[in-house]
Amino acid sequence: MTFFGKLTWDALPWSEPIPLISGFGAFAFVIAIVAWVILKGYGPYLWREWITSVDHKRIGVMYIVLALIMLLRGFTDAIMMRAQQAVAAGGAQGYLPPDHFDQVFSAHGTIMIFFMAMPILIGLMNFVVPLQLGIRDVAFPTLNSVSLWLTASGILLINLSLVIGEFSKAGWVGYPPLSELQFSPGVGVDYYLWSLQISGVGTLLAGINFVTTILKMRAPGMGYMRMPVFCWTALASNLLIVAAFPILTATFAMLLLDRYLGFHFFTIDAGGNPMMYVNLFWVWGHPEVYILVLPAFGVFSEVIATFSGKPLFGYRSMVAATMAICVLSFLVWLHHFFTMGASASVNAFFGVMSMVIAVPTGVKVFNWLFTMYGGRIRFTVPVLWTLGFMVTFVIGGLTGVLHAVPPVDFQLHNSVFLIAHFHNVIIGAVVFGVMAGLNYWFPKAFGFTLDERWGRASFWCWLVGFYVAFMPLYVLGLMGMTRRMQHYDDVSWQPWLVVAAVGAAIILGGVVCQIIQLVVSIRDREQRRDVTGDPWNGRTLEWSTASPPPAWNFAVQPQVTGRDAFWTWKQGRRAKQDVPAVPREYAPIEMPKNTPTGFVTAFFAVTIGFAMIWHIWWMAALGVLGAFATMLAFAFREEEEIEIPVDQIARFDRDHPAYQDQVAEVVA
Amino acid sequence: MNIAVAVDNVPPQFIASEAGPAPKRIVVGFGFWIFLLSDIVMFAGLFAAYAVLVNATAGGPNGAALFSQTSVAIETACLLASSYACGLMSLAIGSRNRFGTYLWAAVTFVLGAVFLGLEIHEFAGMIAQDAAPARSAFLSAFFALVGCHGLHVTAGLIWLVVMMGQLATEGFRARVERRLLCFSLFWHALDIIWVGLFTMVYLMGVRP
Amino acid sequence: MTTQIDRAPGEGTTLTEVDEGRRAGVLVYTVGLGLAVILTATSFWVANTTALWGPGVHLGLAVLAIAQMGVHVVFFLHITTAPDNTNNVLALAFGVLIVFVVIVGSLWIMSNLNGNMMPSPELMNLHMQR
Repeated sequence: MTFFGKLTWDALPWSEPIPLISGFGAFAFVIAIVAWVILKGYGPYLWREWITSVDHKRIGVMYIVLALIMLLRGFTDAIMMRAQQAVAAGGAQGYLPPDHFDQVFSAHGTIMIFFMAMPILIGLMNFVVPLQLGIRDVAFPTLNSVSLWLTASGILLINLSLVIGEFSKAGWVGYPPLSELQFSPGVGVDYYLWSLQISGVGTLLAGINFVTTILKMRAPGMGYMRMPVFCWTALASNLLIVAAFPILTATFAMLLLDRYLGFHFFTIDAGGNPMMYVNLFWVWGHPEVYILVLPAFGVFSEVIATFSGKPLFGYRSMVAATMAICVLSFLVWLHHFFTMGASASVNAFFGVMSMVIAVPTGVKVFNWLFTMYGGRIRFTVPVLWTLGFMVTFVIGGLTGVLHAVPPVDFQLHNSVFLIAHFHNVIIGAVVFGVMAGLNYWFPKAFGFTLDERWGRASFWCWLVGFYVAFMPLYVLGLMGMTRRMQHYDDVSWQPWLVVAAVGAAIILGGVVCQIIQLVVSIRDREQRRDVTGDPWNGRTLEWSTASPPPAWNFAVQPQVTGRDAFWTWKQGRRAKQDVPAVPREYAPIEMPKNTPTGFVTAFFAVTIGFAMIWHIWWMAALGVLGAFATMLAFAFREEEEIEIPVDQIARFDRDHPAYQDQVAEVVA
Repeated sequence: MNIAVAVDNVPPQFIASEAGPAPKRIVVGFGFWIFLLSDIVMFAGLFAAYAVLVNATAGGPNGAALFSQTSVAIETACLLASSYACGLMSLAIGSRNRFGTYLWAAVTFVLGAVFLGLEIHEFAGMIAQDAAPARSAFLSAFFALVGCHGLHVTAGLIWLVVMMGQLATEGFRARVERRLLCFSLFWHALDIIWVGLFTMVYLMGVRP
Repeated sequence: MTTQIDRAPGEGTTLTEVDEGRRAGVLVYTVGLGLAVILTATSFWVANTTALWGPGVHLGLAVLAIAQMGVHVVFFLHITTAPDNTNNVLALAFGVLIVFVVIVGSLWIMSNLNGNMMPSPELMNLHMQR
């Protein structure tokens, strides 16, 4: 064992052109950005206002930026797979050797679930929930920063695996015995495990933060049944995070103990039981998909109510359905391994529960439909995404209920029919929901709206592209094609795979449209300014702030008297148009102080992760000591808060006259 | 104190869910409570693995051959007593009694350290008689579950020392009280987990 | 005793209640300790005695453990069913449900799977030779 553990110069991909070029290209790009930031003098601003920020709005934006970058990487993996499968028919081997193909599909799943979907939704919840609850920040602002930066640590590690060493070839689920040391002696599985353990800690802390915020810190008067539905779905999702992620932590810890210390949890000798890993993984894995989908459902509820000009239909049943899904999601996990050999009684129980969980979801779909019925719908880009979701997700859900029947699942398990199903529901609900949410809340975050034309173009590309890419996979699954195939013998499959590749290209067009949408909107931002803070005639409290809101969110804490608090307030105000406005009374506001704790902790986390992966024990020990020292420094810091003086608050309101008119107080 | 509480006729303006953001003490305490529940779920994963693998001894020793009930009884007594001491420390904090706080914190620490010492001694003994965790799945599960609890106890002891240091430098500042509340929650929760541990692993283990 | 609308978990007494409650506070912890000691001793006895029906021992141990966890929660953590503790109790109930589902579910599933595994090589050989 050398000074640098297993790490040698051979770890770099000298003989492999694709990772070599893409890795060094990405590295050069990052260096260029850092150089530009330093040369333009943005460094201190970035450090002071963003990197050390504990403001939930800034943290939310950073989560989303990270996730969008990882979306590009995960989508590149997808294009590589589609391209490979489109050509590797009959005897052809394609361009991607099996070794790499396995890493590509493993990275695709891992990145999309853990480093795209999770961060983007946590980012949305971060930005929106405190504003909707009428409060100034989450319960634990510094912990929020720590969560963000630990997620970034995981992202850094998984990106390093592209260039230094290799990634896991055991799929995004990492089943033993393949993921055990005996069959995966390289560093790939270790990169997978450490990056997920580290970001998993961040996610768990975020879950604790949001549960506490939603349950203990709402504006005065906002009882549970007056909370926006997005906050209810955020609560359910974060309760699931708190309940499910520790299982993943325990499971990965057991696999790490097997790999590092020769334990026998999941090995094929000395009494180990690989099936136990599958069982425990999916105890986490099923709630995870509900963690992803519930906030997306919340976005749709908000969007459809706002743009139909009506309150959401069936608020109580929405809440009940959300909490029912929250509990039921823990009772279905075996449907991910019906074929592993349990007997009929076990399979039947979980099959029935999997069908039962479709019921509250159906309740939600009907509530959205009834919200639209009788409303005056404005077909904005968020509404387009919502309508696309309703059709696409229902189809995906139907194929899901099909899978829930164990005998059918025996036919379809691990075929590309399954791949089509879960992409159908994840893209249909989570991706479309995120796109709707981003278009909906972008003006609030940045002060100007996104271009509608390019937004519509991107929607249609995504929608058409999705169907062209994934409907062939349903057919192929029924024809017998298994998942994760680097090449195949049956040439009759090839036409379908070519169509699927075309679909992926159409989606790529959608992504390009979104990038253009962003560029065009930034270029035209002065014309697109949102000066009132309420571009959509919204219903909930976030629209009662300026766009973007000041650090303190609300100059005066709102007093809530009903559901759809902002709408109710607007109606009341319109009724009293002739009454003169009174000037607001300001008081100094205490806000949490920015701190480098999150960033520094993450630095040590990356150190620990990298060191453990490469068996550099002294570096890992230093990392642990460093993390501990950081915690001590934070615990003993002198100042915890800063005070915003009254004249700063007053000046902000004066500088935003249109917003001031919008929210001017009237005599009660 | 709260053995039995009668709360009646709460006026409408005191509905907890509409009272606005809760005081920091309650927010921090509740947040830590949620963290503790997540920690207990993590232990549940390890418990489940142990329960499934308890008979996978791969021809090696099983629990009945390895566990010493005397040792477990002393460990249990130590941890229970340290939980009691921690409770008395909480009372001392409540009445701003510095000396009492240091005294009961020291008792808590010593008892916790004795518990750890006994556990490490047990582990060392098992490894010496060819019952190391790499021997079988049962032993892997045992060492992971009991070891994880021991790691938590170690973290708690370090935390207690740091808290006493902070108490010495800052006195009974609000944030010190909040953190000590969290510590006592943590310490009691560890004892609750130990109840499950000694019942399921040691007591059920000696009765096949 | 002052009425609060909301209480942090573990908050037995607040500063204002301390003066009238201190001896009462010690009493609560001492009663809790006493009950815990009794339950622990009983568990050790149950595990070692021959006086009980064999299969009932595991159930008895489980019941005693749950009872002792309850003693800890009430006497050491001061979790009650009063309205100022509702959030804390609900959170605890959710946690207990998850723990139950994970442990019982895993045991049921794994014992079922293990029971359906291939017979050992010796048995397979005998079967093949028929």
